[in-house]
Amino acid sequence: MKATPLTPVLRLSEIEKVYQTRDIETVALNRVNLTIYKGEFVSIMGPSGCGKSTLLSLMGLLDEPTSGTIEVNSRPVESYSDKELAGLRNLKIGFVFQSYHLINDLTVLDNVELPLLYRPGIGGKERRQRALEALDKVGLSARTGHFPSQLSGGQRQRVAIARALIGRPEIILADEPTGNLDSVMGEEIMALLLGLNQQEGTTIVMVTHDEQQARQTERLIRLFDGSQVG
Amino acid sequence: MLLSYLKIAWKVLLRRKFFTFISLFGISFTLMILLVLYAMFDFTVGPQMPEKRLSRLLFISQLALLGQGGELGDSPPSYSFLERYVRPLRTPEKVSINTLGGTTVAYVGNQKLKLDHKYTDAEFWQVLDFDFLEGRPYTAPEVKAAAHVAVLSESGARNYFGTARGVVGRTIVTDELSYRVVGVVRDVPAARTYSYAEVWQPITTSTQDIRDPSYQGPCMAILLAHSAADAPTVQREFAQVVSRIPVPKEEGWHIDKVQIYAGSLLSTTVRDVFDNTGPDDGVAQFLAIISGLGLLFMLLPALNLVNINVSRILDRSSEIGVRKAFGATSDALIWQFLIENLFLTLLGGILGLGLAAGALHLLNSSGLIAHTQFSINSRIFLSALGAILLFGLLSGVYPAYKMSKLHVVQALKGGTNV
Repeated sequence: MKATPLTPVLRLSEIEKVYQTRDIETVALNRVNLTIYKGEFVSIMGPSGCGKSTLLSLMGLLDEPTSGTIEVNSRPVESYSDKELAGLRNLKIGFVFQSYHLINDLTVLDNVELPLLYRPGIGGKERRQRALEALDKVGLSARTGHFPSQLSGGQRQRVAIARALIGRPEIILADEPTGNLDSVMGEEIMALLLGLNQQEGTTIVMVTHDEQQARQTERLIRLFDGSQVG
Repeated sequence: MLLSYLKIAWKVLLRRKFFTFISLFGISFTLMILLVLYAMFDFTVGPQMPEKRLSRLLFISQLALLGQGGELGDSPPSYSFLERYVRPLRTPEKVSINTLGGTTVAYVGNQKLKLDHKYTDAEFWQVLDFDFLEGRPYTAPEVKAAAHVAVLSESGARNYFGTARGVVGRTIVTDELSYRVVGVVRDVPAARTYSYAEVWQPITTSTQDIRDPSYQGPCMAILLAHSAADAPTVQREFAQVVSRIPVPKEEGWHIDKVQIYAGSLLSTTVRDVFDNTGPDDGVAQFLAIISGLGLLFMLLPALNLVNINVSRILDRSSEIGVRKAFGATSDALIWQFLIENLFLTLLGGILGLGLAAGALHLLNSSGLIAHTQFSINSRIFLSALGAILLFGLLSGVYPAYKMSKLHVVQALKGGTNV
């Protein structure tokens, strides 16, 4: 049951991102226009340093563009307060990072629960229940009490995906989710993401270096030197 | 959420054991010193036996004579001065006149025994709250009749009779005069200078001439107000009386003014310790100085903790980035870090309380201050909690603020660009 890809989830218009140091000005993104529709699986490709991760940070409301507009719910993000932006990240977006970014001091279950800690009105019991469901989806129900250091790379990334899923976000932003994994584990993670998109209609934007993985997604955006080339 | 913060706090403490040890040592050692000093302060001027109704008590212990060149001299007031100008006051519930502490000599066999003693009136026992282990205080008729009766402290009785039990009715000979023991009270710490003694005897049996009309002498007065709120009324009445006191004529001196005040135990102690007989008792400055020193003393380990906390941000930038990415607001992160820091300081505080209790026990058993039983009472415990909270906030706010301002993209890359 896949949603018709017509409802825009995120809209980026004329986005520029310039990093300015005292001597050098680096243009990371140059006039990027992009709309992500509900239920899509979009991949972003390009050589290292072409602005893929910067674009994903902007889509995830983790950074601000130098110029241009990002719209969420048809409302420009600059009109949201910092608190509202934190709320948007919590409700609408789930992140999966290349290096997992799990908190080593917390168990798998506590790591997965984390996004719900910042959502008002959800008690400990419900948090636990939903964390168990999310871990079940990624096939890690048996590892809830483990710590990240006790897991393989592939398992850690599954935990990270469960953490991204628990808040039932509209969109998952995955930054090279298989970049640190061998090909077998990479394929497992890719299959998991495809399953989420195709069976549950989760919108996914994934940065990847892997041409084969990119071909499995519906839409491919190519970046070169900060500009959209395809 | 709180549980999650505490879990993280505990793990972080265990992860960096050396830093944790340094932090805990700094906090607990600082707190121990502050608590020991506060316990000594509380024991000296707090509401302890026998000055339990402290907020209702006023003390008069110093009289200064002023001339044109300033202060001509100060000393305790005389019995006759206090009888004439303090005893008749209308506003206090009771007035007691007694001598400041001295020593009297007794013999146990051939052994000379020096006992700290005090001459008092009968009101002394009504104004203050002694714990009588046996017997009773001497009465107003006994004082009026200059009856040779005495009240002993527990250790005074033990030193003289070899026991503190069953000594009522027995005779003690001090300065070659026989006194019949009428009561035994629990030991008063030597730090309570205005009530402490080992032997109390009626002031009318004093070998000194208590009828000497000069203003200066060896005495003091303790006044009991009807209520704490009434104490200032008593002070005002006494000030009015003092303003009308005729200046004494003493040969060779030109005296313009008599200066004497009724103050709280703290006020009178501060005046006596700093030999301050002026209108300002100096308590405000005294408290400001010791609070300032206390704060300064806490500031050094707090700064150390701030430094350690700021360096820990580097370790935890990934965690901070993740929390922000998943919707943590700056306020939530500030709270998380403050709670973690308070958890650490609370641990240090508990250790500090234990260390302070140990140090006070050592002080008690050293006998440095006679009959002293310093302890952590509820006032000291609550002050310790207050100090821990202050310490936790002092050392946590800045790092927490810095942590919350970490740029999320930089944090996820492991940098600390704020």
